[in-house]
Amino acid sequence: MTEDAEGGWLGGIAHDTGGGFSPGRVAAMLLRYLYLLRSSWPRVLELIYWPTIQMILWGFMSQFLRTNSSWVASAFGVLLAAVLLWDVMFRGQLGVSMSFLEEMWARNLGHLFVSPLRPYEWVLSLLAMSLIRVIIGVVPAMLLAIPLYHYSIFGLGLPLIAFFVNLLVMGWALGLIITALILRHGMGAETIAWLAIFILAPVSAVYYPVAILPGWLQYVSAALPSAHVFEGMRALMFAHVFRLDHFAAAVALNLLYIALGAVAFLWSFRSARRRGALLHVGE
Amino acid sequence: MTKPAILVRGLTKRFKATLAVDHVDFAVAAGTTAALLGGNGAGKTTTLSMLLGLLLPDAGSVEILGEDMLRHRHRVLARMNFSSPYLDLPHRLSVRQNLEIYGRLYGLKDRARRIAALARDLQIADFLAEPTGNLSAGQKTRVALAKALLNDPEVLLLDEPTASLDPDTGDWVRGYLERWRTRTGATILLASHNMGEVERLCSEVMMLRRGKIVDRGSPQQLIDRYGRANLEEVFLDIARGRRESEFVEPR
Repeated sequence: MTEDAEGGWLGGIAHDTGGGFSPGRVAAMLLRYLYLLRSSWPRVLELIYWPTIQMILWGFMSQFLRTNSSWVASAFGVLLAAVLLWDVMFRGQLGVSMSFLEEMWARNLGHLFVSPLRPYEWVLSLLAMSLIRVIIGVVPAMLLAIPLYHYSIFGLGLPLIAFFVNLLVMGWALGLIITALILRHGMGAETIAWLAIFILAPVSAVYYPVAILPGWLQYVSAALPSAHVFEGMRALMFAHVFRLDHFAAAVALNLLYIALGAVAFLWSFRSARRRGALLHVGE
Repeated sequence: MTKPAILVRGLTKRFKATLAVDHVDFAVAAGTTAALLGGNGAGKTTTLSMLLGLLLPDAGSVEILGEDMLRHRHRVLARMNFSSPYLDLPHRLSVRQNLEIYGRLYGLKDRARRIAALARDLQIADFLAEPTGNLSAGQKTRVALAKALLNDPEVLLLDEPTASLDPDTGDWVRGYLERWRTRTGATILLASHNMGEVERLCSEVMMLRRGKIVDRGSPQQLIDRYGRANLEEVFLDIARGRRESEFVEPR
């Protein structure tokens, strides 16, 4: 590299060819979202705030029900574990959708996609950022439950990892499908990012067994990884068994949904290129 | 003409009933500056978007630096760049953070040194730590230019590079681009409806109207052909649909 009269570089700047997959570009996008998060303490506070408030509410509810419900009394933490794990899925989905929306709000897509960044590298950075947001949001609430209610979700042991990963992946799949919808239909579809997951809450059987649901809704539940996770969680807490059948069903369904999410996202991205939406999306 | 850095053949794009770009053909020689000139809705930005791969054409082909942009755009994106006043860099990030991230996306090995050199050249060093959203229009333009020059592109595409700038800042940007192209030998294609800018910077002009290239040549050739005093008058003739043949005695 040589310096010109003005002190600038004349060329020969070492850069990659943009050819194949680049972990460096994924890291660059992750850094972009971390810079954004770091620049705004209200965003960090918001990440922690809701899971903590939910945990406190359901903690008091559990304490009350312990003396009034034999079901809760036989496994005190069942509601607390449910609310904390539900937030893993919710924050996982929101983590993907919000990082994506940041680019829409910033009208930055045009710059990003004239760089060598590939769509799947961007998706990987969205997923990685989602994991970071889940850890920032949910882990403090999990830890706070220990001194407040003498309940540790970590007592679930290794199965907790299986529950956590399955719910996170389902959140990612939903996040990808939602981003695909926003790419396809524009910012008018933005509210879907906030609302979509709540449609699934009743049939995910977060706080009650699937058996409570009407027969036809139980078929819908069976198609949701989240319902298998919460059934598995209750089996572990009440019967002290890790239900491999629920675990296998959750993994298989998640593989299907994450593949569907990726296909939907890439299809919408190509559709956006056909319509010129990458240059014109924004507020 | 030397080997073209940009080669466009039969480029066509339709948005529903509107034919935005209609079988456009052109080539831009390596190391030159060319312009797509036309009024609002003439198809300039649509053409640039297709060159960049942000927009898929309905028909036609685009080759940049010898690569087919429709099939292998990722082979060449690291060697080109783009700036437009219609795209923002993230407002909440500082100028340095934005340049750092784009430096990483372009795979630059010595980002700190490159950013420092560009900051000095483009006079943005004083506000590298400022959130990008706090900058004035002129400062934002210089930052966007710094982002566009980070990878020292062989091909630089610019959409209205001095839009919304005051005359002094606009002149400074044009001067900088002239010096930069001279010393790097890069190819620039800009879309503009600023005639002074095009006359000053470009050796080749493609006049667009309703998605078609209706005339082309050097600024002086076009001025002579239409018998006008400057490119602005030529532009008005073309924009209003008056043809070269209507002028009996061209200068």
